[in-house]
Amino acid sequence: MVRAVRTGPGDVGGWGAPRLLWAPAALAVGLLVLPVVALVVRADWSSLLSDITSPAALAALRLSLLTSLAATAICVVLGVPLAVLLARASGWLSEVLRALVTLPLVLPPTVGGIALLYLLGRRGLLGQSLDAWFGIRLPFTTAAVVIAGAFVAMPFLVLGLEGALRTAGTQYEVVAATLGASRWTVLRRITLPLVAPGLVSGTVLCFARALGEFGATALFAGNTPGVTQTMPLAIYSAFNGAGVTQGAAVALSLLLVAAAIVVLLVARAWRPGRVG
Amino acid sequence: MSDAAREGRMSGGEILRGRVRVRRGDFALDVAIEARPGGIVAVVGPNGAGKSTLLGALAGLLAVDDARVTSGDRVLTDTAGGVHVGAERRSAVLLGQDALVFPHLSVRENVAFAPRAAGVRRAQARRSADEWLSAVGLDGFGDRRPGQLSGGQRQRVALARALAARPSVLLLDEPFAQLDVRTAAELRDLVREQVRGSGAAAVLVTHDVVDALTLADHVLVLHDGVVVEEGTPLDVLTDPAHAFTAALAGLNLVAGTVFDDGERVLVGDDGPRLPLAGVVTAAGGEPVPGARAQLTFPPAAVSVVGAADRGWDSVVVDVEPGPAAVRVRTTGDVLVDLAPADAAALDLRLGAPLRLAVAPSAARLRTLPDA
Repeated sequence: MVRAVRTGPGDVGGWGAPRLLWAPAALAVGLLVLPVVALVVRADWSSLLSDITSPAALAALRLSLLTSLAATAICVVLGVPLAVLLARASGWLSEVLRALVTLPLVLPPTVGGIALLYLLGRRGLLGQSLDAWFGIRLPFTTAAVVIAGAFVAMPFLVLGLEGALRTAGTQYEVVAATLGASRWTVLRRITLPLVAPGLVSGTVLCFARALGEFGATALFAGNTPGVTQTMPLAIYSAFNGAGVTQGAAVALSLLLVAAAIVVLLVARAWRPGRVG
Repeated sequence: MSDAAREGRMSGGEILRGRVRVRRGDFALDVAIEARPGGIVAVVGPNGAGKSTLLGALAGLLAVDDARVTSGDRVLTDTAGGVHVGAERRSAVLLGQDALVFPHLSVRENVAFAPRAAGVRRAQARRSADEWLSAVGLDGFGDRRPGQLSGGQRQRVALARALAARPSVLLLDEPFAQLDVRTAAELRDLVREQVRGSGAAAVLVTHDVVDALTLADHVLVLHDGVVVEEGTPLDVLTDPAHAFTAALAGLNLVAGTVFDDGERVLVGDDGPRLPLAGVVTAAGGEPVPGARAQLTFPPAAVSVVGAADRGWDSVVVDVEPGPAAVRVRTTGDVLVDLAPADAAALDLRLGAPLRLAVAPSAARLRTLPDA
């Protein structure tokens, strides 16, 4: 495993970067951080607590967390095998598959939502049969939120993990095989543990992406409070003045920002395979 | 000796026999190899000779065109019979240049890996791992992480891990190449002792003459995919038939044609003219005029002589530090070792003329079959 070399201030790691880079880099940081600062500044702190503890807000938060977790679970269960196969495959088929996996990343999520409707909607390619044979109607249900989340988040896990697997290479796996380990044992005891940091960061990104999902959810799952109204949708509704005030939208946004920060911190604190 | 070690010692006992043919574009490998239990066969040869390909084929990691590999009664590869036993079921373990100790496992878990994969219970696998660690001189290192070990220690862990698998076949791919001289010597001793004791049939790929001389009971010299000579290390290295082997043994090899101009001389293809009176005839019988033959002799047996003396004319090609003091490469890659006083007295600029002669008693002659 390649361990990252940590470079701190005073380390020579940054030597050689032209000073000209400082200005655009600073602007980039501003572009990324200042909007969040503005959000904090704009917040009405007196009503903040009541806004974020309102039943509607809590329902949206609960739904967001549950559906994002479910979507992440689907991504892990289906995405890890796909990443392993993609990383070890060669030839045109794997190239095509890799491009297809990237598709949800580059598609606008709204397009993804429409595509999901045409696949799983009541008159959709699969949805028709699901309805006719099993009586299952997915659109505008909580399950639809999960599917939309998995659709947009899967590439983050698959591409991240595949990159980690390629970097790790196969040399440890070969040694393990000559030591008598079956392919399954090699996968379980060597391959996956070696890429655990990549798997964790991929999973976290995947969860974060599902948590922030809006477009595909809005079109495929709708905006029903308590059923499909996740945090991003609740924020959009609040901002447009439907029912609540813009102040509530700001409060909910802050809650989502806080949730995202917690997720990132937890992921950073837990790094498997770290030499203690 | 520990129980695990003793048990391991009894687990081997199978002769490895391999005949491997592989074709990759322009390159073709065609080798027959046999390694006895507890014995080490060294495969030496220049880069690209096919050494690693051979190991990969024996380990079952490479597709082969035409091969039969057996370990005792077990057929591991038989292309004619459509047999290809997977690497994980061959009982053939690789020990490479890079120790490849699993970085996410403790030292103990690394060594316990093969027993665990074979279904041994955790506690027992750990106990035996500790015994193997003590056998390789790493008592008490079980809880360390691989990142905390030196290169030599990592290679010891890799050796313990390999032996804990109780392999029938041990495939060593330049395992000392990345170690400093002292550590390599210690590990060489350990490998010799442990391989002999384990009863595994070992194949050692190396380009280090020390490995071949100190570890192997049999040496194969591989060149361009074929075995150009083989035998005991002493035989092969004292009387090399091939230019690569001669270079490995630190000897000059001059190939040429025998002439008779009053006395028998070998006229080398690059010009050297070597009288054959007094040389040891090593193989191929007495040289007759017109026959192809080659002479091998150490660089220290070459001396620089005066213009009127018997010898041959050559020029300085390059000059480097040598065992005596200065080693001069001359026309036709003939190396000359010079003591400091001699070197100082001579003109050793590149291209400077030198007249050379060889002490006949230090040279060995091999006449070659007619091409």
